[in-house]
Amino acid sequence: MIATRLRKGGSRSLDRLLPLILLPVALIALGPVLRLLLEGVGLGDGLTSEHLTTVLIREGTRTALLHSLVTAGGGTLISILIGASFAFLVALTDIRGKGALVFCLMVPMMIPPQITALAWMQVTGPSSVLLKMLGLAPPLGSPQPLHSPQGIVLLLGIQHASLVFLTLRAGLRMIPADLVEAARMCGGGTLRVWAQVVLPLSMPALIAGAAMAFVTALGNFGIPAMLGIPARYSTLPTLIYQRLVGLGPSVLPEVAVLSLLIGLVAIAGVLAGRAVLSRGGFGLVGLSGTPLAFSLGRARLPVEIALWAFIAMILVLPLLALLATSLIPAYGVPLSFETATFKAWHEALFVQPVTRRAYANSLFLAVAAALILMAICLPLAWLMERRPSRITRLLDGLIDLPYALPGVVLSIACILTFTRLPFTELTLYGTIWIILMAYLARFFVVMLRPIQSSLAQLDPAMEEAAASVGARLGRRLRAIVLPLAAPSAAAGAILVFLTAVNELTVSALLWSSGTETLGVVIFNLEDSGETVMASALAMSITCLIVALMAAVQLGARHFPKGTIPWQS
Amino acid sequence: MAELSFSGLTKRFDGHAALDRVSADIGSGEFVALLGPSGCGKTTLLRLTAGFETPSEGSVTLGGEVMADATRFIAPEAREIGIVFQSYALWPHKSVARNVSFPLEVRRVPQPERDARVAEALALTGLSAFAHRMPAQLSGGQRQRVALARCLVFEPRAMLLDEPLANLDLALRASMQEVFRMFHQRTRATMLYVTHDQGEALALADRVAVMERGRIRQFAAPEDLYREPADCFVAGFVGDGAVVSARACEPAPDALRIEVLGCRVPTRTNTRRPTHASIRPENIRLSHDAPLRGRITGCTYLGGRFRLTLEAAGETLTAFATQRARLGETVGLSLHDLWSFHDPEGKVLMARAMAEA
Repeated sequence: MIATRLRKGGSRSLDRLLPLILLPVALIALGPVLRLLLEGVGLGDGLTSEHLTTVLIREGTRTALLHSLVTAGGGTLISILIGASFAFLVALTDIRGKGALVFCLMVPMMIPPQITALAWMQVTGPSSVLLKMLGLAPPLGSPQPLHSPQGIVLLLGIQHASLVFLTLRAGLRMIPADLVEAARMCGGGTLRVWAQVVLPLSMPALIAGAAMAFVTALGNFGIPAMLGIPARYSTLPTLIYQRLVGLGPSVLPEVAVLSLLIGLVAIAGVLAGRAVLSRGGFGLVGLSGTPLAFSLGRARLPVEIALWAFIAMILVLPLLALLATSLIPAYGVPLSFETATFKAWHEALFVQPVTRRAYANSLFLAVAAALILMAICLPLAWLMERRPSRITRLLDGLIDLPYALPGVVLSIACILTFTRLPFTELTLYGTIWIILMAYLARFFVVMLRPIQSSLAQLDPAMEEAAASVGARLGRRLRAIVLPLAAPSAAAGAILVFLTAVNELTVSALLWSSGTETLGVVIFNLEDSGETVMASALAMSITCLIVALMAAVQLGARHFPKGTIPWQS
Repeated sequence: MAELSFSGLTKRFDGHAALDRVSADIGSGEFVALLGPSGCGKTTLLRLTAGFETPSEGSVTLGGEVMADATRFIAPEAREIGIVFQSYALWPHKSVARNVSFPLEVRRVPQPERDARVAEALALTGLSAFAHRMPAQLSGGQRQRVALARCLVFEPRAMLLDEPLANLDLALRASMQEVFRMFHQRTRATMLYVTHDQGEALALADRVAVMERGRIRQFAAPEDLYREPADCFVAGFVGDGAVVSARACEPAPDALRIEVLGCRVPTRTNTRRPTHASIRPENIRLSHDAPLRGRITGCTYLGGRFRLTLEAAGETLTAFATQRARLGETVGLSLHDLWSFHDPEGKVLMARAMAEA
C-alpha cells in the first residue's frame, strides 16, 4: 500500500510491525493442515502411492467409510427433524418462553459428546440405575440397545440438532412478514402459506444447516467411540484412533491417508452447503420491522407442552440418569436414600490423581487457549477490519478450515507437524504443548468471529477522534479499541473455554500419560468399567458448562449482536 | 493557532477524483466554512487535512510545515489538529471528564494541570455539571459540546468540524451556532467547518468556500458570495433568487448596462462580457407601471412579508412583497442593483435544480 509506505512522520513503528502478526497466525492455524496436504501429495518418506492403495482397498477402510456416511447421514436426518421443528415453532409462532427453550436446546450441543453418550447409556440398558430405581430395567444380560448403529445415529442427531436450528432460525428471521401477509391477502390459509411461501424461502438455510450438521457428525469421535467400539462398529474417526493407539506412530502414514479421506468428505459437505447458500439467495428485500408470526390459537398450549416434554426427554432424562449413576457407591448397587453417596464425586474431584490432573490440564489448556487467542485475535481482527489486504482476506477465507475439518484430521496434522519441529530436533509429541497448539489452531475462528463482528460495528470515527487528539496506534488500540471490543472478546473467550474444556476428539489422539484431558479421562474411566466415577466427573463438567453458559446468557445484553451463537 | 493552506490538492478514489486540484489559503484564526452539496468533496478535504487520507497529488501545509505531499506524510496524531465529528465519536466507555482529559493523558500532562484544564474546557462549554456522566446519559446538544470540549482542551493548531450540527434538531442548531460563534471569538482558533447548510455557513464563517464536484467554485466572505457570486452554481446554491441569461448592451462604456429578461438595466459586475445575472428577491420591486410583467404562481408567508414566485419572460423569479398577492395576477416588475458575471459553461437549470433540492 502506497499510503503505508508514505507514513514517515512520527514513530509509526507499530503500524509497520502489526502486519507481522499474520505470519505466526498463518503458521499455527494453517500450518498443520498444509503439512497434512503435503503428506498427501507425497512429501516426507512415509507416504507412497503404495500406502495409498493398500489403505484404500483394505476392507476395513471401506467399511468404516460406509459406517461414517451412514451414521452421519442418519444423524443429520434426525437433526433436521428436531432442529427444523423447533426453528419453525420458535421463529414463526407465538409460543411462550422461547428464550428458555432455545437455551435448553443448545445445552446438548455444548455438552461434550462422550458425556452425552455416557448419560444416555445410563438411561437404557440392563444396569441403568434410574430404570432399576423405577423397576423398569431390562433383565441382566440383555444387550445395551445404544451399542448399535441406531444408537449412534440417534445421539448424533440429538447432539447436532441445534446446528440446524440456529441456521434455519437465522434464515427464517430474514423472511419479511409482508411476504406472508401478501400470501394471506391472496387468500392462502396458514398451512398453504407455510408450504408454498415459508418453506421454499427457508430451504437454503435448512440445507446449509443440514450440511453443517452432517460435517460435524462426520467428525464426531465421542459418540461412535463410546457406543461403536464396544459393538465393533468402526467409523473413520474411531478407526484412526484404534489404529494409532494400537500400533503407535509407525502407522502415521496410513492414518494420514484415512484422515485425508475423511477431510475430503467433510470438505465436500461444506462446499455443497456453501453452494446451496450462495445459489439459493432469493434476494429477499426489506427487513420489515414486524417479525413473521403465526398465531397457534388453541393449539398453543399443547404445542408448548410437547416441546418441553421433548426437552425433558433429550436433556433432563439423560442428565438425571447420569446423576443417579454418579450417586451410587458401586456399580450394580441400586440407588435409594440409604445408598446415595457423594463418594464418587469426592473421589473424582479431590482424591484420584488422574482426574485431578485431568481437571488441571483441561482448565489450563482451556484458559491458555482462550487467553492466547484473545491476545492474538484482537490485533488481528483490527488489522483485518481496518487495514485489509489480499493476505488478510486470504487468511479470513481459510481460517475456518481447522474448525470445519473433523478433529481427527487436525490431530493427525498436528502430529505430523509437531512430532519433529521443522528445522530442529525438538518434539512436542507427548507434551501438553502439542494439545495447546492444536487447540489454538482449532478454536481460532471461535474467538476471531465475535471480535470481528464487534469491530465491524465500531464507528471508525472513534479511533480517528483518538488519533486527532494525539494518540498513537498502540495507545488507540489499548484505550479505545480494546475496551470497546472487550465484551465480545470475553464472550469469545468463554466460548473457546467452553469448547476447549470439553474437547475429546483432538486430545484423544494427542494425549499421553500425564497430559490427559477431561474428555480423555471420562472416556478411559468408562472404558475400564469405572462408570460411577465417570458419571460423577461427567456430571461435574456438565454443571460447570451450564453455569458458564448461564453466565454468558445473563450478560447477553452487553455483547454486540451476533456474538453469542445461540442468540441472533 | 496556525495558517492552513492547500496547494493543488487532489484525491482520487478508484480513479474518480473526489478532490480536484484544490488550492486555498486559510489565515491564522480564521473561521472558514466548506459549503456544498453532498459528494462535492468537502469531507474529503477535511479528512485530508486531519490526515485520515493521503493526498494523490498536491500538499497540505499547516503553519508553514508540510503535513502531506508526495514525499512526506505526518500522521494524524502528530498534527495537533482537533476534529469534531458529525457522529461526535465520544468514547462510550469513558465519562465526560475522561473523554475530555484523554488528549492531555496522551500528552502526559501532569495530573493537577490536567484537572484544571479539563475543568476550564468543561466550563467554557457549559458542561461542568455533567463531568461524571457517561456519554449515553447526555442529550444530543450536550454530546456535541463534549466533542467540542475534547477538541479544544489540547489547544490544537487548527480545528476541523464535520457537519457538527447535522444531527441536532432545529432549535438546538440555533443555540449551538451561538456556542460556536462565541467559542471562536474567545479562542481565535483556525477553524474549518464543513456543512451543506448555507444558513450555517453564512452565519458563522469569516469566509466560505463553495465546493462542487471536487473543486472550490468561490472562496469569499459570506456577503460577497451573496452579492457577487462568481458563477451560476454559486449564484444558484447560495441564497434565494434566480439566475438568468444576460448580455451586455452595445456599446459597453464604464457603467455597464445589460439586457436581461428583455429589459435594459444597469448592473454591478466584474466582467465586460457578462453571460448571466443573479436576481435576488430584494433586487425586484413590484410596480404597476413597469414594462416587465410577471404572473404570480406562488405566494408564501414568511412572517412579516410574503415571498412570491413569478413567471416572467419564461423565467421563474422570486420577490418579496408586503401584501398577499392573488395567484394568476399579473404585476409589473422593476429590477435594481443586479450582479452579472461571466460563466459561459453555466448550466442555469442545473444550478437551480440543485439549489432547490
